[in-house]
Amino acid sequence: MFNKFTHHFRRDCHLCRRTRRLFSSKAGANNQWNSVVGLEVHAQINTTSKLFSGASTKFSAPVNANVALFDCAIPGTLPVLNKKCVEFGVLTALALNCRINPVSTFDRKHYFYADLPAGYQITQQRHPLANDGRLEFQVFSPGVHKAPYKRQVRIKQLQLEQDSGKSLHDTDRSLVDLNRAGVPLMEVVFEPDLSDGEEAAALVKELIAILQRLGTCSCKMEEGALRVDANVSINRQGEALGVRTEIKNIGSVRGVAGAIRYEIERQIQVKESGGAVENETRAWDALGKVTVSMRDKEQVQDYRYMPEPNLPPLHVAMGPVSQGCVSVDSLKSSLPELPEGTRVRLRESSGLTLEQSIILVNDSSLLNLFEDVWRAKKIEGKLLANLLINEYTSILNKMDLEPSQFSFNSDYFGEIAVLLQNGEITRNTVKLVLDEIIQGSTKRPLEIVREKNWLQITDEDALRQLCQEALDQNEKVVKQYKGGKTKVFKALLGYVATKSKQRADMKKCDKILKELLNKQ
Amino acid sequence: MDKVLNSNIKTAFHLLNEGKIAATDLIKASLEKAQRLNKYNAFVTITNNEAKKQSEESVSRYDTKKPRSQLDGIPVAIKDNFCTCGIRTTCGSEMLRNFTPTYNSTVYERLRNSGAVLIGKTNLDQFAMGSGTVDSIFGPTKNHWGFTEEQFHISGGSSGGSAVAVATGMCFAAIGSDTGGSTRNPASYCGLVGLKPTYGLVSRHGLIPLVNSMDVPGILTRYVDDCVSVLNTVAGFDPKDSTSLTKPYKSIKLPSANKLSIKNLKVGIPDEYHCEHLNSEILQTWNEIATFLHENGATVKPVSMPHTEYSIVCYSILNQCEVASNMARYDGVEFGFRAKENSSTEKLFATSRSLGFNEVVRNRILTGNYFLLTRNYDKYFNKALKVRRLILQDFDNVWEQVQVLLTPTTLTTAPLYKDFAQKTNREQCALQDYCTQPANMAGIPAVTIPVKLSSNGMPISLQLMGRNLSEPMLLAVAKFIENAVQFKHKTI
Repeated sequence: MFNKFTHHFRRDCHLCRRTRRLFSSKAGANNQWNSVVGLEVHAQINTTSKLFSGASTKFSAPVNANVALFDCAIPGTLPVLNKKCVEFGVLTALALNCRINPVSTFDRKHYFYADLPAGYQITQQRHPLANDGRLEFQVFSPGVHKAPYKRQVRIKQLQLEQDSGKSLHDTDRSLVDLNRAGVPLMEVVFEPDLSDGEEAAALVKELIAILQRLGTCSCKMEEGALRVDANVSINRQGEALGVRTEIKNIGSVRGVAGAIRYEIERQIQVKESGGAVENETRAWDALGKVTVSMRDKEQVQDYRYMPEPNLPPLHVAMGPVSQGCVSVDSLKSSLPELPEGTRVRLRESSGLTLEQSIILVNDSSLLNLFEDVWRAKKIEGKLLANLLINEYTSILNKMDLEPSQFSFNSDYFGEIAVLLQNGEITRNTVKLVLDEIIQGSTKRPLEIVREKNWLQITDEDALRQLCQEALDQNEKVVKQYKGGKTKVFKALLGYVATKSKQRADMKKCDKILKELLNKQ
Repeated sequence: MDKVLNSNIKTAFHLLNEGKIAATDLIKASLEKAQRLNKYNAFVTITNNEAKKQSEESVSRYDTKKPRSQLDGIPVAIKDNFCTCGIRTTCGSEMLRNFTPTYNSTVYERLRNSGAVLIGKTNLDQFAMGSGTVDSIFGPTKNHWGFTEEQFHISGGSSGGSAVAVATGMCFAAIGSDTGGSTRNPASYCGLVGLKPTYGLVSRHGLIPLVNSMDVPGILTRYVDDCVSVLNTVAGFDPKDSTSLTKPYKSIKLPSANKLSIKNLKVGIPDEYHCEHLNSEILQTWNEIATFLHENGATVKPVSMPHTEYSIVCYSILNQCEVASNMARYDGVEFGFRAKENSSTEKLFATSRSLGFNEVVRNRILTGNYFLLTRNYDKYFNKALKVRRLILQDFDNVWEQVQVLLTPTTLTTAPLYKDFAQKTNREQCALQDYCTQPANMAGIPAVTIPVKLSSNGMPISLQLMGRNLSEPMLLAVAKFIENAVQFKHKTI
């Protein structure tokens, strides 16, 4: 997959570092290419009824159950704008630092498709609800980046529009489900200010955190409540932007990173082998981990936009006036703390590291657990965050659970953290207790620890006895150690740990062992 | 009972209210008459069962002295492009030949709630695209004025069925729609009062659209007072139509004719409506009424509306663009005509649409889509919008000088079908809509009122236009003229 040059650069660390500095590209190994990424996100507005009709938006309703006459384009029906959608659109636009337009309008976008009953989609093409936003976010994928860095992306526009229905193609027939037809969407169009898939994924995570905080979108990507289209192009440094491809409907955050990474590499391969990148729409095959051309479906379309004559211009009230559909000022004052604010607060008042604050804010269930425990118990922030990010998450991972899929009693979690902080249990015991509770135990952590005799051994004499035994039983190792091979010290520690069933206070043991060794 | 049918709503209501006639008998007579006069082809569907049921309910309300309104038990007809729950609504087209809506248009809902009885759905040009009611799949509607077994005059359109139903006395009032003159044109040809209300005053919910930004439900009656009764019933804010006016509607009450005065009324005669195709008898009638108004104390003066001549071409572009868009929903999937075509979805769309629409509709769709192409949008659609604003400005300027405009409604009296049918739809509309269509561009109210008969015995009508929401004044002036000219209706 990597080209010749990359190999060369990779082998030579000095050069590698130099190139990184020379090129702003974050395209990883493909240093000589610059990659440009822009996103368009469709977020389903979290309302109970549709954008222009009273039909329900409930997910997983029986096929064609959520369909008002308007949604199947019955002649003579007219759109009536759902005010809640406007409120949520404005709230989101405010959170994305957009300029709210006091007057916006709706347009019809025409194309024929069986799941688009009217033959057009009502959207806001010419005068959207909001323009010109910007969003700062942290890029940090542990394992990919050593340290977090900041990125800023501009938002071109935020518009309200209808979703289409769903076509199901059988071998000999096609079926149409209109439950989704007319469901309200916010389309957020970002400027192509990103360089790679990781940045795009980080942006989507940040957007999800914001929308969930506002409650304007459930962001359940598995239900299609948030869908991402990515525009990708590559060019050589200093040259004009390359031809872009559009990857449609990416359905997960990891998919965003994966699809864009793949697409950048694919485009590099095409160009390096003398080919030309085609301006086309592609789809992300999440199983095969490749993007595939959708050429057959996508002819060049003229959408023949036309102002929607059945909806008067949408007025939103700016300043202390009450005319218009919704008041921007009162919505502004109702904005909750946004993710960036939370990260700063976590660092400043809870003493977390930047990395910890990023990880917690990216996962609202971890964050909520942190905040609940933090409020209730006097625990060092870093220790608590570490417990959540490391021990707790790894146990959930082992059981194939996401933090959002398990609700851990915050009182119990606090108790575990206190036990650890006071040195009454070891980190290893923490895992055992967490495991017990996640497996279904309803007992309090302290009770479990006592019952199982898991309290940490901190008694000096007991520890000394354990350490002595370690030396006695490992004469060979002791000899090696004395001979200057100090690395083997770990083996002695290991013996103590195993012997005590991981209950020994290892800090103390470290000290005692060294004392004993020096004495001998 | 036919005598009652040929009277006015007030008379019929008094008879019903005093128990001198029963609603069931009145409706029965109305239905029978509609059946008997089916040679004029006014109706697509006569709603016998619904009408009988509704009239029985009306009887029981009169029995308990609780009629819902003056319209309780009064037979009315509705153009077949208004959705009526459980009653097929065809738009005169193959596409909707078997379409039965599951909901009521607001106009019908309000009429029903007032006790009015629907006797049928009236004929129209396909999707209301026409000015003759000659393009329906159910055949042309025939004007009873000047009718012989050998030849007939067109009823005008596209609400021709509604016009003939009222003019012959099958019912007292009918609902039409008016996008470029579709209510006023047939009213004029059939000698009726025809009102195009201010845009947004009467809900469009359930009216199958032609041009959303110009469509309004219209009212056809023989008498101005009847028109007022119907308007008072159907007008007012409707949350189901986002373009309907939120201002509460105030019922119109006109004084009796002998108490009306037009003293100091400022009447404008727009120069530009003296167009070259204007028939001399109509011009003469126009002058007579202008003189009559002047003699009765009004100030009559010429005004200029320089953009009138561009109105038709501008209208034609906007019309075709909206038609292209509005007709996109007819693809044979959810409702309407579906061709027997299974090879592909695209093929199904194409075949259903080419078989379901007539040539007029297909032409407008094609042209409209051409105008809306990204490369043409500014050249046509946007330019038409600009011209529309200029036309609006013409009206705004005129309202600085006068309160009401007096113009012809149509350039000629109803043409013979054989002459009319020789012209293309475009020529037909361009000529017939000349005087009526600017009011739709501006959204203002306009009413046509029959004045007299031409030398060959066909009705000649004139049009009054006023500023937005000036219906009370317009209808009062119309009633003043009505009282003076004493037009003889030709009910059968």
